[in-house]
Amino acid sequence: MSAIVTLPVLLPLLAAGLCMLFGRSRRAQRAVALTALTASTAAAMASLIAVDRDGTVVVDAGGWGAPIGIVLVADRLATIMLAIATITLLLVLVYAIGQPGAERHHVGFQSAYMILAAGVALSFLTGDLFTMFVAFEMMLTASYVLMTLGGTQDQVRSGMTYVVISLVASVLFIAALALLYTATGTVNLADLSERIPTLAPGLQSAFALLLLVVFGIKAAVFPLFFWLPDSYPTAPSPVTAIFAGLLTKVGVYALIRTQLLLFPDAARPATVMLWIAGLTMVVGVLGAVAQNDLKRILSFHIVSQIGYMVMGLALFTVAGVAAAVYFIVHQVVVKTGLFLTGGLVEHVGGSSRLSRVGGLMGTAPMLAVLFLVPALSLAGFPPMSGFIGKFALFDAGVGSAEFWVVSAGVVAAFLTLFSMTKIWAGAFWNPKEREPQATPHDPGRWGGPLLMVVPTATFAVLTVAIGLWSGPIYELMTRTAEGLLDPSVYRSEVLDR
Amino acid sequence: MSVLLAGAAAALFAIGTYLVLQRKLSRIIIGIGLLTHGGNLLLLTAGRRGLPALIGEGDPSELSDPVPQALTLTAIVITFGVTALLLALAYRSWLLSRDDEVEHDLSDLDILLGRGSHEDDADLLERLEQLDDAEPPASGTDPT
Repeated sequence: MSAIVTLPVLLPLLAAGLCMLFGRSRRAQRAVALTALTASTAAAMASLIAVDRDGTVVVDAGGWGAPIGIVLVADRLATIMLAIATITLLLVLVYAIGQPGAERHHVGFQSAYMILAAGVALSFLTGDLFTMFVAFEMMLTASYVLMTLGGTQDQVRSGMTYVVISLVASVLFIAALALLYTATGTVNLADLSERIPTLAPGLQSAFALLLLVVFGIKAAVFPLFFWLPDSYPTAPSPVTAIFAGLLTKVGVYALIRTQLLLFPDAARPATVMLWIAGLTMVVGVLGAVAQNDLKRILSFHIVSQIGYMVMGLALFTVAGVAAAVYFIVHQVVVKTGLFLTGGLVEHVGGSSRLSRVGGLMGTAPMLAVLFLVPALSLAGFPPMSGFIGKFALFDAGVGSAEFWVVSAGVVAAFLTLFSMTKIWAGAFWNPKEREPQATPHDPGRWGGPLLMVVPTATFAVLTVAIGLWSGPIYELMTRTAEGLLDPSVYRSEVLDR
Repeated sequence: MSVLLAGAAAALFAIGTYLVLQRKLSRIIIGIGLLTHGGNLLLLTAGRRGLPALIGEGDPSELSDPVPQALTLTAIVITFGVTALLLALAYRSWLLSRDDEVEHDLSDLDILLGRGSHEDDADLLERLEQLDDAEPPASGTDPT
């Protein structure tokens, strides 16, 4: 079992090397990348099932034991995230191959994409804070390359902002690591969770806040989100889709992992996090309402929805954390699906500005369906996953008597529906006001190239499926949350083997 | 010694932060370099001081802590790679615009000029020129 768990990290890394080797043959690159991601998806699925049934799998990398060496810990949360991330990476790769211009003209695309995949997988699996830093850097460096691959003026400008902000966050992470090591003498998560409660209470809170800022920048919470709506929309659509789906959620994952595992109840900044959650939801969605470019609207919605996940975490109850994890899975599917549809609209309509596209309901009805399903799910309509996710979060919030954050969530949900209606009216319903700059493509029978439509449709199906099978999925999330809220379980699994 | 190193790290953080907030790309990159040095120095001071951490150099209790040294090395390599990428980006930006400044963000411009959203590239260019005219030449300050 332990070998299978490491495959989602190792296979994409191997594939990255092979893709560089096959730089001249586009076909060989595609074959290698697709094989590696298909195998990682299978491995992630197998480990999710095995871990849920038999318990956590811990792997000592390099044969060194737990507190000293690097450990990979595949518990329920890690494997859930791994499974949804590998599926998303695979589907978006298929879309990128199908889209004219996205990966075709750049030799480095596949390699950078594979390194991104390995970095994401490693940040979920790692059992120590320093390896998490390294995994973040792998993922981010690959994302810098993917974002600026086109080399246009717009991409370089916003890429620069993105790189500098990420680097400042990385320096803060290093500083936090250094201070944690000085105080405790370890970077292993299990070991840290034993030693941090012995520190002075003020110091514990300081560390909790420091890590909140570090991962808050990556997760794009209020007031640290300004870089996101600025930089994401300039990248090619498959790249934006994978960033939107995965990168911020890795930040949320790190928040969940560190706040729940490392800090005792008294040191957790619960009130601060609830405020952050409420403000992130409302400010993010207000930003979206003010925009009139499809990709920018969706980028602001990423921020807004992060608020819901932080809210679930900040309740620090089983119901809240389970809802937060469910919401992350739902968001990965829905956000990626929406951005892929946005890419199709840009392809078929010639622009992503709402004033320059229009009437797609008549010319490409398939696209309208592909947009409507994830859009309604995002706004929280039954029977899609968004409804269950929001319902569970509000239920948990009411259960903890945090009424104002629940009301902020309800307001944000209504405004989300409003801005989805705006996209619907602008791109699908009304005729276009101006001509797009780029030439529109013929949508054909399916609303675009089949390789682009099929992955997008799969995400739409997935959000309905997650909603319909939410019973068993939600039980899994509850088991996950119960394990997370009891750090001694994680400790004994990693240290006493 | 520790106080000296802590002071050095603090100075690097302060100067780095100041430089990152500038508008010239070259200054931002130097600032990032200093910031990461500050981080690495802080990481290096995290462990116990002592003799070189090599077996046979002395009694194990007198050796320095090798873990932060290993972590620092890794961090240095990572920041080295990312700084190289940043330089390449800055060079690309210079090739495209023949200017070392961070370019104006179009949406920020709209807000600054108190207008609605931009629709046309021609529109935008006109606004950019207006803004550059309004700004005193070679002041190097942020127009906001």
